[in-house]
Amino acid sequence: MVRYTLKRLATGLVTVYFIATATFVAMHAVPGDPLAGAKARTAEIQRNLRRRYGLDRPVLVQYGVFLENAVRGDFGISFTQPNRSVNDIIRHHFPVSAELGLLSLLFATAGGILFGAVTARAHGRLADRTVLFLVILGISVPSFAFAGLGQYLMVDLNRAVGFEVLPVAGWGSFRHMLMPALVLGLGTMAFFTRLMRSSLLEVVHQDYIRTARAKGLPWARIFLAHELRNAILPMLSYLGPAIAAITTGGFVVETVFAIPGLGRYFVQAFQQLDYTVIMGLTVFYGSFLVLMVIATDVVYALVDPRISLIGERS
Amino acid sequence: MRAASFGEGAEGFAPAERRARVSRSARPSLSYWADAWIRLRRNRQALLSLAIVIGLFLFATVGPLLWRVDPAEPDLSRISEPPGRGRRATVLPDPPPMEDILAKGVEPHPDGVDGATLPAPSLLTIVGQPTTLSVRLRWSPVRGAAGYRVYRSPEPPGGGYLGLPVGEVKSGNTVSFEDTFALRPRPYYYSVVATNVSDSLRASTLEATPLSAVTLDAARLVRPDAALGQVITFPVRPFGTDGLGRDLLARMMAGAQVTLLTIGFVAPLLSILVGVLIGGVAGYYGGRLDQWLMRFTDFVLSLPFILFLILVRVALGSGPGRSDVTALLVGLVALSWTGEARLVRGQILQLRETEFVEAARLLGAGPARLLARHLLPNTLGVVLVAFTFAVPVSIFTEAFLSFVGMGVSPPRASWGSMCLDGFGTLLTSPHEFVIPALFISVSVLAFNLLGDGLRDALDPRLRSR
Repeated sequence: MVRYTLKRLATGLVTVYFIATATFVAMHAVPGDPLAGAKARTAEIQRNLRRRYGLDRPVLVQYGVFLENAVRGDFGISFTQPNRSVNDIIRHHFPVSAELGLLSLLFATAGGILFGAVTARAHGRLADRTVLFLVILGISVPSFAFAGLGQYLMVDLNRAVGFEVLPVAGWGSFRHMLMPALVLGLGTMAFFTRLMRSSLLEVVHQDYIRTARAKGLPWARIFLAHELRNAILPMLSYLGPAIAAITTGGFVVETVFAIPGLGRYFVQAFQQLDYTVIMGLTVFYGSFLVLMVIATDVVYALVDPRISLIGERS
Repeated sequence: MRAASFGEGAEGFAPAERRARVSRSARPSLSYWADAWIRLRRNRQALLSLAIVIGLFLFATVGPLLWRVDPAEPDLSRISEPPGRGRRATVLPDPPPMEDILAKGVEPHPDGVDGATLPAPSLLTIVGQPTTLSVRLRWSPVRGAAGYRVYRSPEPPGGGYLGLPVGEVKSGNTVSFEDTFALRPRPYYYSVVATNVSDSLRASTLEATPLSAVTLDAARLVRPDAALGQVITFPVRPFGTDGLGRDLLARMMAGAQVTLLTIGFVAPLLSILVGVLIGGVAGYYGGRLDQWLMRFTDFVLSLPFILFLILVRVALGSGPGRSDVTALLVGLVALSWTGEARLVRGQILQLRETEFVEAARLLGAGPARLLARHLLPNTLGVVLVAFTFAVPVSIFTEAFLSFVGMGVSPPRASWGSMCLDGFGTLLTSPHEFVIPALFISVSVLAFNLLGDGLRDALDPRLRSR
């Protein structure tokens, strides 16, 4: 187990190194001097940046300095916001994204299990078909359309009721989080519903379910302790991709709902060509996603006794 | 064995009569594809999706030939027009510049009155004929006001919401306002509130429906012989127009060529070619080559997809404001061939051991011929299914990236960038956002359902539940 985890972490490290290098190469392939832009004209910023990155030195030396700084967890200073370091931006805005992401993951998982269970129980009947249709819709409609629809509905609802049921945009309280988190989680919820449904339908025909029924166990106990518990496992292995989807989906939802999360900063940095922020956030996001995939794989292997780890045997 | 070996005229034995056909199948034999087509035809959902997909392709390819409106041509007299028949408008002279109507004797209290308690301006009226060129309002002065604010709403105001603030007058003595901002021939509710530091809570509201009007200069662009007072009909805009007055139908077609053809179709096609090549070679040769290729595939697969697409776009020198479709295409192909490569490799590994491949090898077929003639064609069914599922992913990716301003950026139309354009005016003219979003959703839906149907038809073992 430990060996497997270490092995995965080692390959993950290689991936992160590659991500950092690719980011560096991509940024240096951009034609022109990054400091020539009107946004970094302030002499103070220019001096700081030149000293920090040695932009007058050869590219290979710059690469070394970048890697060295990155290993120490220092991504430099923003080009467009004087005196603001990338680390500062991450420290302030990542918690917001994380909060939003966790809540939407919660929505997605709870909704996926619930609707998946409903469809599997009502297999082939109206409820099943209705939910399946909604699932297809949830997979086919882009997240920004849900975001727009959600906002539009809130504006209408708030006006019709006469007071603010849920805020249309902004950040600050739990009420601000509900709508964006729901919108962000919808796609994943649809995916989880489908996954849950097919794995439940598979489990229902297993021998141990028949045994449980033959023993005369009450329906609720069979469902909760035997069917659900076994059917949830496959969902766990998709948690990694789901986290990736929710993280990148945050770009859209945070922009639309004016949430001061990291995704919105990333989008902004890209639009303003804020090189250091793009570089820093790409490496940060990349490492985060790689780590999440490894973590879910390890957890999955821990939880499912049927999985024997490849690294363990060889 | 020859009959002669039984001996001439041996009793009981005679050469058997050679029959032309020993066994005959009851039905004509079906090729793999004919069989799949029969199965697909029974699936109504998949057939409908296929029809939609074909329709979308015609929309992108034949559409621009039939609907010859320039998608880049702006028309500022037709901003954000909803879908429908061509707008009719009366040709009117340019409205003369408005002079402010001034009142006397309103002095804001120097210490500042509580703005919130100011009374509503009385006698709010329309001056002259309200037209889509100009709506002029006047009202009576409010004592203690330091200015007025004018709001416009397409619906009756309620719940403290007065609508869009369209103007501000910065003197208590100026009691008129002219609204020329993106007016449409529909009822509007104008509200005026007095201000002094803060807005008054009391508003006067009035309803006005501007007459659809057009200036002579704008009318002459459509009909060179237009004259004052004439009612002219603008050309039809079936999907309405966008915020710059460009024809939305023509833009949707231009966008379809980017989103549907270039990104949605060509990108998966190229990445499948790469995937088939790598997977085919890896599966056929096996050994160390296979190991290295697959290790590389796993590595590319572990890269965060969206982040690398953005990086590729940055590296190819396409910052904001440059609509580089090529960068997106290159990024998509470079990152999404991995799934197909694994799929094809698995298939080839299975097929390599089959008898017909063995037979071909015994007959002297070389590796190139084996791959091209026997192995790859037999993976085509699975590859086709993978392709159909790759199309919606590509469309989604383009839409997503363009919407956050990292994909195809405006001037160039794509469905995603059109969604971004239309999102800002979602409340006032929803069609600009809804139409491209609907096209994205419908095409993604159609490709997904078609993929399901194809999978069921081509590979019954993978039948989805």
